[in-house]
Amino acid sequence: MAEPPVIQVENLRKYYGSVRAVDGISFDIARGTTCALLGGNGAGKTTTIAMLLGLLLPSSGRIHILGEEVPRHHHRVLPRMNFSSPYVDLPQRLTVAENLTVYARLYGVPRVRERLAALGRDLDIDAFFQRPYGSLSAGQKTRVALAKALLNEPEILLLDEPTASLDPDTADRMRGILTDYQRRGGATLLLASHNMSEVERLCDQVIMLRTGCIVASGAPRELIRRYGRKDMEEVFLDIARGIQSGEVIE
Amino acid sequence: MNGLSPQRIGALALRYLYLLRRSWIRIVELAYWPTVQMILWGFITRYLSGHSDVLGQAAGLLLSGVLLWDILFRSQLGVSVVFFEELHARNLAQLFVSPLRPIELILALMSISLIRTLVGVGVAVALALPFYGFNLFALGPPLAGFFLNLLLMGWAIGLLVAALVLRHGMGAESIAWAAIFALAPLCGIYYPIATLPGWLQPLAWILPASHVFEGMRAVLLDHTFRLDYFLYALLLNTGYLGLAISVFLAAVRHAREYGSLLQSGE
Repeated sequence: MAEPPVIQVENLRKYYGSVRAVDGISFDIARGTTCALLGGNGAGKTTTIAMLLGLLLPSSGRIHILGEEVPRHHHRVLPRMNFSSPYVDLPQRLTVAENLTVYARLYGVPRVRERLAALGRDLDIDAFFQRPYGSLSAGQKTRVALAKALLNEPEILLLDEPTASLDPDTADRMRGILTDYQRRGGATLLLASHNMSEVERLCDQVIMLRTGCIVASGAPRELIRRYGRKDMEEVFLDIARGIQSGEVIE
Repeated sequence: MNGLSPQRIGALALRYLYLLRRSWIRIVELAYWPTVQMILWGFITRYLSGHSDVLGQAAGLLLSGVLLWDILFRSQLGVSVVFFEELHARNLAQLFVSPLRPIELILALMSISLIRTLVGVGVAVALALPFYGFNLFALGPPLAGFFLNLLLMGWAIGLLVAALVLRHGMGAESIAWAAIFALAPLCGIYYPIATLPGWLQPLAWILPASHVFEGMRAVLLDHTFRLDYFLYALLLNTGYLGLAISVFLAAVRHAREYGSLLQSGE
């Protein structure tokens, strides 16, 4: 018998008055896969991620994560998830080590020092462990935020633009770390990204959003073929500009 | 995982202790105003004690009042200002996607408030002895009751202010500093509640602090501990704190409804 999806979203809506930020989306994400939420600004990516995290209450619809109903029981699944976004900060005056220690304790991570040392090596952040978080460059902050997101070795990792602000070399290393992490532990990754080559490299599944609705979904290669384009960049532009393929979903 | 976690509450308290350890200015700031107030009222007491029968009987009346008042003020700030730090740091979303529960956040804020109050008022209390020969601990065991009730009232006001800011944004931040001073004239810090106009006295009596300061005067002037004042204050505090926790949790729910946890601090 097939394992049930780790994330199940059914007819999810979020309205702010007359504004439909997310408008009846449904999707499943299988364990151990990487899925990208794509779309232009205001498409509903961040709103969807916020609802999965319990930061935002849906207007209607159902979310099940790891078999638990969210947001009703989101405290049961939050210890098994984590999140990183360049738009959400950590306390500026605390050092990197202090910030990671605080969050390790919040997540109940055993052997905090060993875990921090391992993440420091993997993400190449140990050199600035003793520096205040606020003194780091944007790229360094992104790496620290990723370290925070990996602290509890989450089964589900939600990433909002995981390689934003990183130089190509560091971004490439980060993708490698994410891929290794996923292969090692069988984690499920859901990421919002504007970097289409990253999506092609990392993702098994893509969900394209436009004005709060899913306008296409499938594997990156399948979408490229369906739209008759040479890469995801071109597919993204087609969808963002409303150009229909013959087989557009919904 | 379903119960309250002392480890998570401790983690947030640790975050604040890291901050305190990093900045000696913060430690000085904690003790600065209570100490300045103590020095000022110490001189006023010294001047008035030769001209007032009441102060002649109990020279520590004003100094006890000002130090107890600072317990209330510091405990309120200890909750609200520390919560604002999370908003300023844009850290609230990180906290709310962690396993930390809102009720644990409240308990952590209360723990940090206790630490801040003990440090801030503790320095002023310690300095009052060499400066004026005044020992607040001369109030005896009732001091513990006064401390508890003022702490609880400060937490209730602090949580209400934090809820207001969560609901209406950082524009409401100045209320954190102003709110408690609006209540000060009604609390009878330096004068009995009977001094207030008759129509204002019922309002005063619904404030736990009024019972504390009346109780303080009973100890200093009549050398008796008024259990009724203590119990009234405790009863009122139980109600106010319960209300404040409910209002804060409702503000968190409202923030989840409108997405302000993601936008906080911006």
